[in-house]
Amino acid sequence: MNTTVMGSNKEVRKGKLSQMNDQSADKAKISVNDLDLFYGEKQALYRVSLDIQEKEVTALIGPSGCGKSTFLRTLNRMNDLIDGVKISGEIEIDNENIYQSSDVIKLRTKVGMVFQKPNLFPMSIFDNVAYGPRMQGIKNKKELNKIVEESLRGAAIWDEVKDRLKTSALGLSGGQQQRVCIARAIAMKPAVILMDEPTSALDPISTLKVEELIANMKKDYTIVIVTHNMQQAARISDKTAFFLNGEVIEYDETSNIFSMPKDQRTEDYVTGRFG
Amino acid sequence: MPSPLSEKQIVDIGKSNKRKYILEKFSARLFLFCALLSVISLLLIIGFVFYKGAHPFIAEGYSFIDFIFGMDWVPSEGKFGIFPMIVASIFATFGALIIGVPIGLFTAIFLAEIAPKTIAKLISPAVQLLAGIPSVLYGVFGLAIIVPFLQNNLGLAKGQSLLAVIIVLAIMMLPTIVTVAETAIRAVPKTYREGSLALGASQIGTIFKVVVPAAKSGIMAAIVLGLGRAIGETMAVILVAGNSLILPTSLTDSVRPLTTNIALEMGYAFGTHQEMLFATGIVLFSFILLLNFVLAKIGSKGGK
Amino acid sequence: MLRGLLWFSAFLTVAVLVIIVGYIFYKGFRLINFDFIFGDYSPVGHGGIWPMIVTTIYTIVISLLIATPIGILSAVYLQEYAKQGRLVRMIRFATESLTGIPSIIYGLFGAVFFVTTLKLGMSIIAASLTLTIIVLPVIIRTTEEALKTVPPAYREGSLALGTTKLQTLYKVILPSAMPGILSGIILSMGRIVGESAAIFLTAGTVAAMPDSIFSSARTLTVHSYLVTQESGDIELAAAVGIVLIVIILVLNLSATFISKKLNKADY
Repeated sequence: MNTTVMGSNKEVRKGKLSQMNDQSADKAKISVNDLDLFYGEKQALYRVSLDIQEKEVTALIGPSGCGKSTFLRTLNRMNDLIDGVKISGEIEIDNENIYQSSDVIKLRTKVGMVFQKPNLFPMSIFDNVAYGPRMQGIKNKKELNKIVEESLRGAAIWDEVKDRLKTSALGLSGGQQQRVCIARAIAMKPAVILMDEPTSALDPISTLKVEELIANMKKDYTIVIVTHNMQQAARISDKTAFFLNGEVIEYDETSNIFSMPKDQRTEDYVTGRFG
Repeated sequence: MPSPLSEKQIVDIGKSNKRKYILEKFSARLFLFCALLSVISLLLIIGFVFYKGAHPFIAEGYSFIDFIFGMDWVPSEGKFGIFPMIVASIFATFGALIIGVPIGLFTAIFLAEIAPKTIAKLISPAVQLLAGIPSVLYGVFGLAIIVPFLQNNLGLAKGQSLLAVIIVLAIMMLPTIVTVAETAIRAVPKTYREGSLALGASQIGTIFKVVVPAAKSGIMAAIVLGLGRAIGETMAVILVAGNSLILPTSLTDSVRPLTTNIALEMGYAFGTHQEMLFATGIVLFSFILLLNFVLAKIGSKGGK
Repeated sequence: MLRGLLWFSAFLTVAVLVIIVGYIFYKGFRLINFDFIFGDYSPVGHGGIWPMIVTTIYTIVISLLIATPIGILSAVYLQEYAKQGRLVRMIRFATESLTGIPSIIYGLFGAVFFVTTLKLGMSIIAASLTLTIIVLPVIIRTTEEALKTVPPAYREGSLALGTTKLQTLYKVILPSAMPGILSGIILSMGRIVGESAAIFLTAGTVAAMPDSIFSSARTLTVHSYLVTQESGDIELAAAVGIVLIVIILVLNLSATFISKKLNKADY
């Protein structure tokens, strides 16, 4: 990346952000300031600044390799697992700088995640959903039963699996598995749920179900979703950030991004000229 | 929608996290300690064997040159020359390689490439099983069948000989070589074969020009493993070697390789004599390191 | 021509191996009966081999009791915890070197370190500790291979739920890797059963039922060697050989069975 482009962009972005902050009465749930991220020598994120509002769906779009997944994984510090990742800048969730606090466990119980491919463990459906709460020390059978049922209902999959809770979760279809993954995340009662292209491995009907679910979930959770599917972003999100080469090019109300983007590159991307 | 955790639960989680981080740190250290035990073991082995073995040359004035090139091993007279044993070990190992490697490799190629599926499915696991049979039994077989056979057919006074050792070692390394090399050959992608066959090469041509070179590093590993098994073998060799302390000049001479010298005399040796057995161990050890090194070199050169 | 050579080599390999196993069975089967296996040893006649079986079992149990946890945790460190660097290279170099050391050298080490320096004497415990080091690299390697097959998505999925590495390890990773780890342990049993030189130098050759793990005793392989070497009793050596081959066969089959069965087990 050449630096001159970076500098000019930054100013544009800052202006937009302050505008948005004025509009919204609540303080932002997640506030990201000047985030740089390096994989060893290679820089993957450049001065990313975003405010994510509570109980909204925020979509991150952009061509593959643009840094949107990398950014998502900074929010629950999953990048910590990769050797040689360096981060500078600030990420605050509920006014707490998550990289200053060393309690990653607390962070990850508060910020749940759903992955690209369903990644249920080779256990029963029940054990998968109860996994997180159990690891937090909840042993009471009744309480676990309640959590599992509520979580599965919350992920709109209870009716499909209630008779087979004790059977292997890996026997479910891909779409069902992904919704159980969502239930597994809900079981931790997180405030924020991160979704990394959650429907990219699913067929259209399963995708639709997951999208409906996300739309329903936003009244309880702050959701950040990475997607390469622009229709999906348009359908389900309130705000959209467009990433390109590790930078946020534009961040605005979803309707604005898709109907009247301010940046030429955003327009090129959402109209399908590249990516 | 699920209700959020109660205040009390959240406080409990905060408290228990501290314990979790402490446990995390402790377990990581414990795992590291376990992993370091291998290093410690290796250092102890090298340390003790070398300390014991080097002692006569450092503290007791024995010449290392005389030890390596000396022809006589008479512990009661303080004569400790292991040259005949070194020669016996080298001859026995290379003899076994010359017989065992080609047969083993050809068998592996046969099983992986040519054999009808049903035959391969029957033979491969059987050979694998034989790799696990205690080596002593190969020695028992050698003494019962091979030694009398050589004695009667070559008109020897004593069938226990370098040749008997070579045959037993060659047989013993076969299962190892076959199993490892077969796995390596099977791992060569199908496309290589199809590419060559599509160009009109014959099946045999394809195997030797394309498949075998592609599996080179695995085949090398097979040879190294077989070699390791041959050179380090002790008990089976004692039974068929004859254990004479002479410099072998023919295949029919009775020999005493390095390993057998240690096993035969450790039971009653003490003092300098015992230390010289450790010195014999050092020579064996160096021998193995050297051969592994050379073969690794050949392997990496061929690989490029 | 070459094709013929390939057929011939394979035929030769199979023939030789069949002859060896066949010979051992042919020569030894007449001695195999209940008294031979479960009877006490006596120096006259052929004598039972129960003391040797017990000794062999002792060595297996003790060395695996020590080597299994250490080996598994070492592999866990190398695969799950370590950052690539000098330390890891050093540990890997050590385990690889340990694999290449011939058993007679282990025997020398055991004799000077466990038997003499630690004053354990020629005993089952000295031999078992020596065997521990011999099988340690085997267990580390097979466990590492098994851990490699656990999908990284399991780790991420678990950690993203706010669990610690340790919880992820024993709840998700180790259970998934269990078939591979188990078959590695069983293969190590085979290695212990087949070992002779190292045991010969550390456990001694006393042909009697061991009083405790601090007694000197002989394992099946050492017994088979000694009856051949000392009295040329091939028949007895072959009969012990049959027992050994059957043990190895059972171990191999169960290793294969476990890895197949557990891999399929509804997950």
